[in-house]
Amino acid sequence: MGKTIAEKIIAEHCGKDVKPGDIVVAKVDVSMVQDGTGPLSVQELQKMDMESVVNPERTILFLDHASPSPRKELSNAHIILRKFAEKTGAYLSEIGEGVCHQRLVETFVNPGEIVVGADSHTCTAGALGAFATGMGSTDVALAFALGKVWLRVPPTFKFIINGEPKKGVYSKDIILYIIGMIGADGATYKAMEFTGDTVSNCSMESRFVFSNMSVEAGAKAGLIPTDDVTKAYLESRGRGDKYREIHADDDANYEKVFNIDASKIEPLVSLPHKVDNTKPISEAKGIKINQVYIGTCTNGRLEDLSVAASILKGKKRHPRVRLIVVPASREVYLNALKEGFIETFVEAGANVLAPGCGPCVGVHEGALGDGEVVLSTQNRNFKGRMGNPEGFIYLSSPATAAYSAIRGEISDPREVLT
Amino acid sequence: MILKGKVWKFGDDISTDHIAPGRLFHLRTNLPELAKHVLEDADPDFAKKVKPGDIIAGGKNFGLGSSREHAPRIIKISGVTCILAKSFARIFYRNAINVGLPVLEVDTVRIDEGDELEINLNTGKIKNLTKNEELTASQIPPFMLKIIEDGGIEEHIKKYGDFQL
Ligand code: SF4
Repeated sequence: MGKTIAEKIIAEHCGKDVKPGDIVVAKVDVSMVQDGTGPLSVQELQKMDMESVVNPERTILFLDHASPSPRKELSNAHIILRKFAEKTGAYLSEIGEGVCHQRLVETFVNPGEIVVGADSHTCTAGALGAFATGMGSTDVALAFALGKVWLRVPPTFKFIINGEPKKGVYSKDIILYIIGMIGADGATYKAMEFTGDTVSNCSMESRFVFSNMSVEAGAKAGLIPTDDVTKAYLESRGRGDKYREIHADDDANYEKVFNIDASKIEPLVSLPHKVDNTKPISEAKGIKINQVYIGTCTNGRLEDLSVAASILKGKKRHPRVRLIVVPASREVYLNALKEGFIETFVEAGANVLAPGCGPCVGVHEGALGDGEVVLSTQNRNFKGRMGNPEGFIYLSSPATAAYSAIRGEISDPREVLT
Repeated sequence: MILKGKVWKFGDDISTDHIAPGRLFHLRTNLPELAKHVLEDADPDFAKKVKPGDIIAGGKNFGLGSSREHAPRIIKISGVTCILAKSFARIFYRNAINVGLPVLEVDTVRIDEGDELEINLNTGKIKNLTKNEELTASQIPPFMLKIIEDGGIEEHIKKYGDFQL
């Protein structure tokens, strides 16, 4: 019987054949925590008297959710992680270096590896053909100290996406469509595999969006087979030698297969307070907004900033709208500067903030006021997510967000895209 | 393991933001303090009302969202001994097991707030003492049950020095 990508990678890491439902102990290649989850990991290791890491170069601590720190409690949480890095040799990604998931794919993760992170969007790296999954602080703490985790082998849902997306439709719209279709728990405990022409024609940056948001359908991993695009990406990052072919066998066993025609998808918006509450832009058009946020581990990459800048060039934000732009990493920031995107944003009236999570999780920066509405390129819109349960979060692609910032209301980007 | 307690009922899609809101991020290194806000964005008074031994019954996709282990931890600190739900989000489920908080999948539609339940974790049998009914939950896989019986993954590792499948 053939194997899915998830089954192959897990089998390689536990040294035996596996099938969905098996519980195994697997070797971990890359493990990470961030400043919200990491302090608990460190405290757990201290409690267990196991404060050490087996693989320091590939054990990463990210200061990204509260960066720079807005208050002393979080500054103290940062100290816990800095001290742990000093003591164990683990790699510390300082404030301003960027969001964990962007930094992981830029610098750390390779095809065929197992990545565990104490952050739900760790699945982002699945686009590089790695089995990357989010876990809790203690799980990852144990991965630090023991170099392994326990895993239940997931069944796989395969998404075959074909067809050329229409103007104004991006991977964000396609994944919102999929989540709207199967629901926020539609792939719970499953691995998702994304294949088809549409996916192989996507840039690496667009592919990360599919994998990043697979957890919004409940999935354990969001996997994309590797190809020349993956190879070129790794080469551009100085890791060409780490390229491997990762794909499922032709006779792999899928729990479900979905065929999706991307040419039929419209730009979409996800309405409060659930990601699967998706509507075509025509049904959300005209909703007045107070804030637009372009950034995050979902859509804060160079390609996203490029699309947003092309729409905002020479334009101004609507007087009612606060525009916040946060590059996903320092490298993205630097490249956006070189390309002139940052100048465009500032001229358009944007606040460009330090690379990191920014307003996404409501820790600092851009918290919503009561009754306020934000259109954000992030991945989730739960009640309270952006710091206020009385706020309303809508999700879209960077193009929709940028155009809406000019118009002051949710607007269809196809009106301006050429 | 047999658990007995009174039910607090919640709806579908209780997220980790309902349980441990992002705006309280700074309390994450102070779990007892964070626990005073447990489930605040779903029921502002929950932390005041909940008593040791109580049980939560949720709807579908309980615990969706972030990987924050703080969420099941503060539910446990609040005294809740078990969560029943139609379904759980994956990371929450795993975290609950790891912190030694039993989680059982069962159709909770016939369970109401205030019902008195008796739960057998080994068999998945749930007796609703108030309604005099019996429900059957999906069984917890043996390895996960072992982690719960050991008192969580931390105790499990202390006991065996490794994962004991
Ligand atoms: S950008 Fe948002 S979703 Fe991504 S890691 Fe940061 S807080 Fe999480």
